[in-house]
Amino acid sequence: MHKIILKKQLSADVYMLKVYAPLIAEERSPGQFIILQLDSDFGERIPLTIADADTEQGTITLIFQVVGKTTTRLAALNEGDAIANLVGPLGKPTHIEKFGHVVCVGGGIGVAPLHPIVQGMKKAGNRLTVIMGARNKELLILEDEMRALADELILCTDDGSYGRKGLVTAPLKELCEQTPPPDLAVAIGPPIMMKFCAETTRPYHVHTVVSLNTIMVDGTGMCGGCRVTVGDETKFVCVDGPEFDGHLVDFDNMMQRLKSYKTQEQEAPHPCKLNQQIENMNR
Amino acid sequence: MSAHDTPQQIQHDAAEGLEQILHRKEPLKPKERMAIPMQKMPTQDPQIRRDNMQEVAMGYFPEQAKLESMRCLQCKTAPCVKGCPVGIDIPGFLAAAAEGDFQRSIGIIKQSSLLPQVCGRVCPQETQCQEHCTVGKSLKDVNQAVSIGRVERYVADWEREHGVQAPSVKAPTGKRVAVVGSGPASITVAADVRREGHEVTMFEAFHKPGGVLLYGIPEFRLPKAIVQKEVESLQAMGVEIKTNFVIGRTRKLLDLMKKDGYDAIFIGTGAGLPKFMNIEGENLVGVFSANEYLTRSNLMRAYDRERADTPIFKSKKVAVLGGGNVAMDSARTAVRLGADEVHLVYRRTEVEMPARVEEVAHAKEEGVIFHILENAKRIQGNEYGLVTGMECVRYELGEPDASGRRRPVEIPNSEFMIEVDTVIVAIGNESNPLIRQTTPGLDVNKWGNITVNDDGKTSLPGVFAGGDIVLGAATVILAMGEGRRAAASINQMLSTN
Ligand SMILES: Cc1cc2nc3c(=O)[nH]c(=O)nc-3n(C[C@H](O)[C@H](O)[C@H](O)COP(=O)(O)OP(=O)(O)OC[C@H]3O[C@@H](n4cnc5c(N)ncnc54)[C@H](O)[C@@H]3O)c2cc1C
Ligand code: SF4
Ligand code: FES
Repeated sequence: MHKIILKKQLSADVYMLKVYAPLIAEERSPGQFIILQLDSDFGERIPLTIADADTEQGTITLIFQVVGKTTTRLAALNEGDAIANLVGPLGKPTHIEKFGHVVCVGGGIGVAPLHPIVQGMKKAGNRLTVIMGARNKELLILEDEMRALADELILCTDDGSYGRKGLVTAPLKELCEQTPPPDLAVAIGPPIMMKFCAETTRPYHVHTVVSLNTIMVDGTGMCGGCRVTVGDETKFVCVDGPEFDGHLVDFDNMMQRLKSYKTQEQEAPHPCKLNQQIENMNR
Repeated sequence: MSAHDTPQQIQHDAAEGLEQILHRKEPLKPKERMAIPMQKMPTQDPQIRRDNMQEVAMGYFPEQAKLESMRCLQCKTAPCVKGCPVGIDIPGFLAAAAEGDFQRSIGIIKQSSLLPQVCGRVCPQETQCQEHCTVGKSLKDVNQAVSIGRVERYVADWEREHGVQAPSVKAPTGKRVAVVGSGPASITVAADVRREGHEVTMFEAFHKPGGVLLYGIPEFRLPKAIVQKEVESLQAMGVEIKTNFVIGRTRKLLDLMKKDGYDAIFIGTGAGLPKFMNIEGENLVGVFSANEYLTRSNLMRAYDRERADTPIFKSKKVAVLGGGNVAMDSARTAVRLGADEVHLVYRRTEVEMPARVEEVAHAKEEGVIFHILENAKRIQGNEYGLVTGMECVRYELGEPDASGRRRPVEIPNSEFMIEVDTVIVAIGNESNPLIRQTTPGLDVNKWGNITVNDDGKTSLPGVFAGGDIVLGAATVILAMGEGRRAAASINQMLSTN
């Protein structure tokens, strides 16, 4: 059992939890995730990225958006309550080194998994440009945290209610057009955003890392449910990833696979299950 | 399809048969023993069981257990024992069962096997003990051998119903052993090591212990309550079980010794890396590894659509690729989840199928359509990425290869399409690389299986391994046997230092 030490609402449907998990806090690195389950018998297992960790307190930070049954139940828990099953840290850590100029792009709740990577890249001595996008001002999260780390912070909203009006790909393109272009781009957010970020950087040959959040069951490489096509190969996101070369990922196939249960769920008694399966795509 | 024998009929026949024998004063002569009809396993009616998850084979009636045991000729050489991977005293336990002394019978089995309730259900007896049985040989049909496994299951179930005592545990030694994984290999090590008074902690990646017995083999073949009982018995002995704990991630293997002070480690992490065909269309929506499909249904209980949060694909026409137990389990699960048609596609012929004979028969009774000497070539999808069909190709048996088995070869231009919306790939598992990738100095062979010596020792001091992670995807009984062997060397190592 993992006790919730702190709960905060970050926006209308986005919550942050600090959960007691000392071993995971000790072992985790940026880019890694956990899988949680609220009920051992009938609950589903959902992956969530570790947004931060505190080894002294023995806690990890999880940030999630309420989109389905499990996240609804998770959001209903309070400080002092416990999460039945929590396993991790899973996945390969982000490859962090001094690249030079790194552009980190976060869309929606994707800013949460981006945060530890930005921390790591900063620590490694990179110059950081952070681009954050959301549908509107209300949905932007972790602005202060990112501002504290970034050398340059660019905010975008779809409706222009804050920062630049438009998509994150516009400033990304401008950065790629500069000479020299950035040494590395990291894009995390909804699959469609990551796809277009990869398309944006491709002509400029800026290596672009994306973090995929597919449907998962075990998270240890046992089921293959999380598999994606990367270049000519099939990769398991939970053990080979979650980060891959965005220029090689077959996003269309990935998005279709994320919707595996969609048409089926529409006729099913619990339409919300679909959302649980794709909730992580919006993180 | 032969008519289904009702359990009532089976019991009636057995009671009559037994009655006749019990009236006699003389002991049975070998000829008479061989004349006793082989006792059929009472099963749920195929038409009914297609719609439920309950166990198909219902177990012998007591009369049957006695009669079947009486078929044993008590051969001096006991060829059956040589076929048993753990050397159970088979004529011994059958003799006790024939007398109706089921307590003594299960006691004899338990001297050599820790999981008779499981093994009686899932062992491939027809290629182990029963293959060598004199009765089967004399009747020129291995399927007429003494049904050793069914009697084993009967006496094991009898014991559970009459209350099992947790094995006694010796005084604490102060030594600590970490057991990684919770499948049959690990369960065996935990029990055998704990018995000697050592402290044992079991680490399991999933949220529930049991390994493949829990997430792979379906309820209709191995009720989860049985696995649960085995786990509870470990807990009653004082074994601590830590679930949600991935060695290599939550803790590195060697940190268990360096940081946590364990004196020995056993790795029993199984063969959990699904093989795919590497054919076109394999990542389409509707293609699953058997591991995923079965885990959703078994561990996550997706078959209980009302209560479970985990979804499982709703299929009309399913193709399962493979011919082993995993393939049978997948096909039969698909039947129970409501598929209209389930096709099983296997490259060789039925003789070569590695699945238990009983499972093949049950699958057929349940309406699974067998395609032998066929193989998948390509999976076809529509604009939404959903599976719409599978291209197959026919095979024939060619020249024998080095092993003497005739090799299946593709018949040119024999391609044809079958219309399916789901493809389940059940062509085997390789060993999961997580531990080897995170443990420097741990030697593995070219297939990635951990290499061990005759005592189950790995290349790292104090680290032992066994089960599927050593053997490649094998069997429960072999995993258990390996566990026994490793436990013996762990106990020995701990007693000498
Ligand atoms: C569907 C199916 C049907 C089968 N049917 C039969 C049958 O009828 N008869 C038969 O004899 N055999 C059968 N088998 C094979 C049999 O189940 C296996 O040979 C046996 O379970 C192997 O036991 P094991 O203890 O080595 O590992 P497993 O049972 O595979 O258990 C390994 C455990 O280790 C855990 N684990 C893995 N990595 C880690 C890690 N890094 N940290 C912590 N835990 C970890 C896994 O989650 C798992 O629970 C079947 C297998 C399958 C998949
Ligand atoms: S070989 Fe068959 S008949 Fe002979 S002892 Fe074994 S079970 Fe009995
Ligand atoms: S989640 Fe099962 S293999 Fe990745």
